[in-house]
Amino acid sequence: MTWGLAPSLREKHAWDVLENVPDPEIPVISVRELGIVRDVRVSGGVLDVFLTPTYSGCPATEMIEQGVREALDAAGLGPIRVTTRLAPAWTTDWISDEGKRKMQQYGIAPPDHTRDAKPMVFVPRLTCPHCGSRDTERLSAFGSTACKSLHRCRACMEPFEHFKPI
Amino acid sequence: MQSIEVSKDPTVQYLLRLGDTCLVLSQRLSEWCGHGPVLEEDIAMANMALDLLGQARGVLARAGERERRGHDEDQLAYLRDERDYVSATIAELPRGDFAFTVLRNAIMATWLELMWQRLQASSDDKLAAVAAKAVKEARYHQQHAADWVVRLGDGTDESAARLRAALDALWPYTRELFDADEVDEHAARSGLGPAWSELREPWMAQMQALFTAASLDMPAEPKFRSDGKRGSHSEHMGFVLADLQYLQRAYPGGTW
Repeated sequence: MTWGLAPSLREKHAWDVLENVPDPEIPVISVRELGIVRDVRVSGGVLDVFLTPTYSGCPATEMIEQGVREALDAAGLGPIRVTTRLAPAWTTDWISDEGKRKMQQYGIAPPDHTRDAKPMVFVPRLTCPHCGSRDTERLSAFGSTACKSLHRCRACMEPFEHFKPI
Repeated sequence: MQSIEVSKDPTVQYLLRLGDTCLVLSQRLSEWCGHGPVLEEDIAMANMALDLLGQARGVLARAGERERRGHDEDQLAYLRDERDYVSATIAELPRGDFAFTVLRNAIMATWLELMWQRLQASSDDKLAAVAAKAVKEARYHQQHAADWVVRLGDGTDESAARLRAALDALWPYTRELFDADEVDEHAARSGLGPAWSELREPWMAQMQALFTAASLDMPAEPKFRSDGKRGSHSEHMGFVLADLQYLQRAYPGGTW
């Protein structure tokens, strides 16, 4: 039980737990690395978790909320209240460097910082996450989930996904 | 299941018009799922339908909160009758062929992108938050649609003819997107959002640029008036709602 736990310690524990809650669509990265956990705070004995969804219609949003709740409960950090925070809107710039590295290893080309990203009209020339070649092309503006597009490497001929910078 | 009635308050109506337009367009786009000409486009349509559904959800949820009658977004979507739906008529037209679909997407994504851009400064914080997210999505939809409009317009004789036919069919319904009434005036005055008429000029400029790239002639100003945003829909709307609402009407409160 956590009744004796100081609020700051309980918050720190919660952040550690969230480091291991996987994103349902890209299970190699955690919800914390994805940057959707905006704040964790104890108030009035309740552990408040603030989540910012990635896309308006992302069907994983509710699954993520449930995963967060279950993990924190299992760690004995409850009672928990999960709140959706829409503003400011989530951006791929909030994905941690570690998250981007894991994404790359998993075979998904990570997003550039939106500061450096070209407008979408100019299809970005991506680096193949498999062989590192820059000789790649876009096959489809949309991929298996709202947040990704589909590409192919002309060097190793492997298809790969790209996490779109937004 | 009994239908609900919604408030005629102009703030609520302004939000419903936008939310309903996103919802009905989402429903029409989702019809492509499993029917796309190629797998990539099948996926694209389903993805855009999902974005629009999420946007509709955000706006309808806010409409319910501002209405203060305890209606949530599900009740508003599933339990209103046709006359209480206030979506722009263009959204409910049958999906047609691929040329019709991508041209409608270009028309609507351009309109929505301008709308979300303006709504980021709404006096309603929650609407502004939905808009800040949606504007990026609409921009991506717009690029996808514009890319196809140019490809078809500039493609074969067949694709160009189909695109021209789609333009003839769709253009009369665009007038409704810029026709303002007391609901708009109220929204503009209260800072909730722009009068729809304010979007016409930038929208026309973008359409002109797109049509030039796609070798399409700009049609004359339409004389036809559609009025879905005030509840008078085309003959197609009942079928859309039958599909959309059937489950909740037959099994009230049913969940997956």
